[in-house]
Amino acid sequence: MKKHLIASAAVIALTGVTGVQAQEKVVNVYNWSDYIDPAILEDFTKETGIKVKYDVFDSNELLETKLLAGKTGYDVVVPSGNFLGRQIQTGVFTSLDKSKLPNLKYMWPVVTDILAKYDPGNKYAVNYMWGTTGIGYNVAKIKELVPDAPLDSWKLALDPKYVLKLKSCGVMMLDAPDEIVPAVMNYLGLDPDSKKKEDLEKAAAHFKKIRPAIRKFHSSEYINALANGDVCMVIGWSGDIKQAASRAEEKNKTVTDPKKKVEIGYIIPKEGAYMFFDNFVIPKDAEHVEEAYTFINYMMKPEVIAKASNFIQYPSGNLEAQKFVDKAILDDRSIYPSEETMKKLYVISPFDQKSQRDLTRVWREMKRK
Amino acid sequence: MTGGGRWGRWVVIGIPYLWMVVLFLVPFLIVAKISLSTSIIAAPPYEPVFASLAEVWTKIGDFTAMNYGRLISESIYVESYLSSVWIALSSTVLMLFVAYPLAYGMARAPKAWRPTLLMMVILPFWTSFLIRVYAWIGILSEEGLLNWVLVSLGLVDEPITFLATTRAVYIGIIYSYLPFMVLPLYSSLEKLDDTLIEAAQDLGCTPLQAFWRVTFPLSVPGVIAGSFLVFIPAVGEFVIPDLLGGSDTVMIGKTLWEEFFNNRDWPAASAVAITLLMLLVVPIVVFQNAQAKAQEAER
Repeated sequence: MKKHLIASAAVIALTGVTGVQAQEKVVNVYNWSDYIDPAILEDFTKETGIKVKYDVFDSNELLETKLLAGKTGYDVVVPSGNFLGRQIQTGVFTSLDKSKLPNLKYMWPVVTDILAKYDPGNKYAVNYMWGTTGIGYNVAKIKELVPDAPLDSWKLALDPKYVLKLKSCGVMMLDAPDEIVPAVMNYLGLDPDSKKKEDLEKAAAHFKKIRPAIRKFHSSEYINALANGDVCMVIGWSGDIKQAASRAEEKNKTVTDPKKKVEIGYIIPKEGAYMFFDNFVIPKDAEHVEEAYTFINYMMKPEVIAKASNFIQYPSGNLEAQKFVDKAILDDRSIYPSEETMKKLYVISPFDQKSQRDLTRVWREMKRK
Repeated sequence: MTGGGRWGRWVVIGIPYLWMVVLFLVPFLIVAKISLSTSIIAAPPYEPVFASLAEVWTKIGDFTAMNYGRLISESIYVESYLSSVWIALSSTVLMLFVAYPLAYGMARAPKAWRPTLLMMVILPFWTSFLIRVYAWIGILSEEGLLNWVLVSLGLVDEPITFLATTRAVYIGIIYSYLPFMVLPLYSSLEKLDDTLIEAAQDLGCTPLQAFWRVTFPLSVPGVIAGSFLVFIPAVGEFVIPDLLGGSDTVMIGKTLWEEFFNNRDWPAASAVAITLLMLLVVPIVVFQNAQAKAQEAER
């Protein structure tokens, strides 16, 4: 992660030098960490003359609080679906002028339709990337510690029989209650989108059994932890785990001891997994609205968004882009799932004030040993 | 005194008061006001408290009950406050054991060395606090520096889990706040008159007795000042438990964060913050009194 952050910082520095000081055009973008190919931002500045100030976050909660406080100073932000749904209700976003986004024609109707559940009529948001929340694991360590591991099921991560054996090598998990709690409910055969207090509590009660195996809840550190072999299993976002796998491969080249080499696998469990959508929106108080449109439209160019997908290994909501996505990524069923798998994926509706409080309380209990 | 002098006096007194009003009292009142409102789905996510002054008295009870009542009815808050105080208190005591010998050594060092030693204590401040705490992640992790040293020396067979434990929070707090403890200790130890110790030894004290009967009592103002300088900010610490601590480390700073960010419940979060401030006023007042007494004693 650090490397990429430094790279994006370098991009910002570079664009700062090239930008003309007199009539400087700027767009302030706030996106998830490890979620873009820094070269895209350089290209964008070269092509449009608009300088990109790029900041990153790693939790929807952080973004939401900034949005609700107002005057974020950002022109483009990237909330996920269920947060987007609630944020639209608060009126913090600009309704998009679609005439300024001609590249909307390339969007993937499958994705746009699901997104409409959160953003009725697709008025406010344009999908950037989407993905699944599944299991990432260290192949050798799992083979060694749990030889009978079911490598296609949530059991690996949520059945105490298996996951407790991984205590010694460490398990990490997203610090995202709205994704982990539904995953546990889904595993228990409950409705993953349930907001009932009893269901949330059932999930928590089950979770307590596997809690001893979990070392940390964090939504970005796990990429490096998995790649470095600090932990041997995570519940995390598909592309992040794929990035961990790539980083581990890079690192393996410099490691001579075969025991120290790390190979990472990713599973979309057969019981179904959470499907998330991260989407471009323009805050109402954005100062550089025109530049924001230019930026979003540029990102929807099939070649550009494909370049992003190739780098971060997430599928985009852009259908035309699939022509430019590396074959290895396009054919990887853990990145672009098969239609059969797609049917099993679920989405989550926004939590209201009361159920959110229940969720936070349950989550706090779950995180404690 | 001339009129101009009087004006000058008002300005001199006025500036710090203005500072306090603008940067402390106003934000405090805003937070207090939010703590007496209801949370809603909107931006900002709370409903303006009182439409009119008349409403204040009719509604204040309800809101107080709702936001402050929660602090008692949900056990997590009391637990967070207590655990924060405990962690801050015990790290202050532990730090005293680390800082005292350090300050003592510095104060006893040849005069020519002292500026250099002092510089070395202050030097870490040249790097951002956040980065220094981040550096500890690298040191404390399973594959980190500390475990590498322990394993290579053969002291342990398996790496010890430091990161994401309360132990790591203690290490982080002690490391980060150490200069705040060392500096007041040093300043009171440095003032110490050597002849007093000579006198004590002439009168038959062993070095240890001389320390306990002369040196330590004379350094108490430094101990008190250092302890409060460390204890007060440590209670509300957020960065260290967030980066180094695990989910078991319950501290009020983190609970406040959750209330604000996860629950989006600004009124409840404000109530937590106001209560924390009220709780800290007590040690601050004690500290003020101790300082005042110490100054009087010096005169």
